[in-house]
Amino acid sequence: MNARPMHFVSPADFRERVNEALQDQGLRASMRGAMDFLQAKRSSQFPDADELERLRDLGEAVRQHALANLPDLLVQFEANLQALGVQVHWAANADEANAIIHGIAQRRGARSIVKGKSMASEEVELNHYMAERGISCIESDMGEYIVQLAEEKPSHIVMPALHKTRAEIGALFERHLPGTPYTEDVDTLILAGRRALRRKFADADIGLSGVNFAAADTGTLWLVENEGNGRLSTTVPDVHIALMGIEKVVARLEHIVPLASLLTRSATGQAITTYFNLITGPRRVGELDGPREMHVVLLDNGRSQAFADQQLRATLQCIRCGACMNHCPVYERVGGHAYGTTYPGPIGKIISPHLLGLEETADLVTASSLCGACGEVCPVRIPIPELLVRLRTEANRDPAQQVDSPLRGQGANFSRGEQLVWRFWSGAFARPTVYRWFRWAATRLRAFAPSSQLGWTRHRAPLVPAKRSLADLMRERGQAE
Amino acid sequence: MSSMGTRESILGALRAAAPAPTPDSRALEARINQLHAHGALRNASPSQRAEVMERIMTSVRTEVLRCDAATWPALMADKLAQAGVQRLLLDHTTAEGAALAVALPQNVQTLPFSQPLEAWKGILFSGVDAGFTLARSGIAATGTLVLAPNAGTPRTVSLVPPLHVALVYASTLHADLHAAMHAEGWSAGMPTNLVLVSGPSKTSDIQQTLAYGAHGPAALWVVIVDDSLEAQA
Repeated sequence: MNARPMHFVSPADFRERVNEALQDQGLRASMRGAMDFLQAKRSSQFPDADELERLRDLGEAVRQHALANLPDLLVQFEANLQALGVQVHWAANADEANAIIHGIAQRRGARSIVKGKSMASEEVELNHYMAERGISCIESDMGEYIVQLAEEKPSHIVMPALHKTRAEIGALFERHLPGTPYTEDVDTLILAGRRALRRKFADADIGLSGVNFAAADTGTLWLVENEGNGRLSTTVPDVHIALMGIEKVVARLEHIVPLASLLTRSATGQAITTYFNLITGPRRVGELDGPREMHVVLLDNGRSQAFADQQLRATLQCIRCGACMNHCPVYERVGGHAYGTTYPGPIGKIISPHLLGLEETADLVTASSLCGACGEVCPVRIPIPELLVRLRTEANRDPAQQVDSPLRGQGANFSRGEQLVWRFWSGAFARPTVYRWFRWAATRLRAFAPSSQLGWTRHRAPLVPAKRSLADLMRERGQAE
Repeated sequence: MSSMGTRESILGALRAAAPAPTPDSRALEARINQLHAHGALRNASPSQRAEVMERIMTSVRTEVLRCDAATWPALMADKLAQAGVQRLLLDHTTAEGAALAVALPQNVQTLPFSQPLEAWKGILFSGVDAGFTLARSGIAATGTLVLAPNAGTPRTVSLVPPLHVALVYASTLHADLHAAMHAEGWSAGMPTNLVLVSGPSKTSDIQQTLAYGAHGPAALWVVIVDDSLEAQA
């Protein structure tokens, strides 16, 4: 169906896309509506602020516990999966993950893969990789299916087609689904999507899914969904491949209970989703359905870089609920596509530098007013604003400077001139005599202030020193400096 | 392709990273237990839990019938016939399946899941109107059925037909997910698939508008058998 490559964009062109997005009145309106809806849904799930804070403490503790023991938990998880008959694969990056999945498909002679929702598969551009090799991947989550038909990428990690209006989707279905007349009736549209995808589940050679949580002690994959496409993808085809980031594993099944509650309440404002699908191995002897072959692909793709740094490790606490983007004033105004990364919004800004390097993503971490809303709503208390500041620091650090765990692309925004300005400033500020001289000169020579001041004057009036300094004014009023 | 090299280098990188203080797992579990210990339904009776279950499931467009063990087969048989169900997937070897099969009128045909999925996928996907399952238990706080599919009632029974009919005994209703997991000792032996169902399939992927019947069953009927009342009588 979608043999053409997806539309690739570079995160580095962020600024241009932001300008475009800000001019798009339709997008602005649908984003505003969607954000209001999702914020209201979430807050309706947390009427008791104390309970919320206790649950967030616990969510944070569970994730920190898992990360503190991550290598051991991965080994335990792998052993339990293998004992169940699951084949476990390790992928250092996107290419390795794609090659592993393609290898399985080739061995099985597979022509089609039906997919449950998986952001990790978006991250590695699996659909594109497989299409180039003659294997079609069909997205079966309604939102994912819509963006795939439109040859776009998801603009939100939980609601992939958030940016699209029902009119656009009506036109899309009319064009792509034979015998589907144009309609804006959502029930009719969903029924059309259901009919189109039904046969795909029955015919697909392989089902591929993501993983929301994984328990090391039982080897269980915990999948969260409302539609049933995840269940179909992991039950009907003879092969199931689960693709997951290495950070998803927790020590024990019962540790997932608070996380699952935080996830559904924070993401879509539901006490629980329609299905929690707990998969522990492939079909066993005597059972009559479920995949007979099962694979788990453990994906690093830059996560171990975040893990290496004590502060940045908190990035990996994320449970992908999307609450940070639902409450982000920047995301709300520019939409998910402007970022040009698989994960948009605040979580995208802090995870993408590890996945793609700071060279590509240095501008993303500056696109924040540091208002703190993301950190306030994060169900596992990731200090997102602090991490943004840290990543800005790394992007501006001298590339030649030796640090303990250097980030890929350190110094992507580094400028020698800016470094000199700051050096001068900190020197002047630390020496009263120099500072007084500087103040005297700046107020007298204000007419020479440049009218173009780099990034500052792109959106603002130039900075011009005042005629009199504050210290001068205070002295005139008879008060000491 | 997935070489031992990759595995070792990922684990090596993780192990080389500065170790964080490892919080005690037992302490963590104590905190999880403590958070749930005072859950609203922890001391509720089975019929109180059944009431909550009914209210919450109804709010997500589930049809709930509360009956006793003697009356439900006839009521459900009527309901199925009225809905025009012609082919019902059902395990005759369970007491509940047999009771329903006996009560059904002639024009509702029952069929067992007697061969592997791949042998009759076509029929299952297009020729079955409803599937009947017996829930292992339920979770009152979230209006959730706990299904543990097995050889007689595999996973697709509650997934592929457009109507899912489930039976759950009030005496098996747990207060919340945490209570269910502990009481049933999930960690000690997970089945291949354990699925928690809290309503019919749904989606809000088109402009945040709720629509039912996305990919799984568009309708869910739940019979809550008030077995606790019987015991008291």
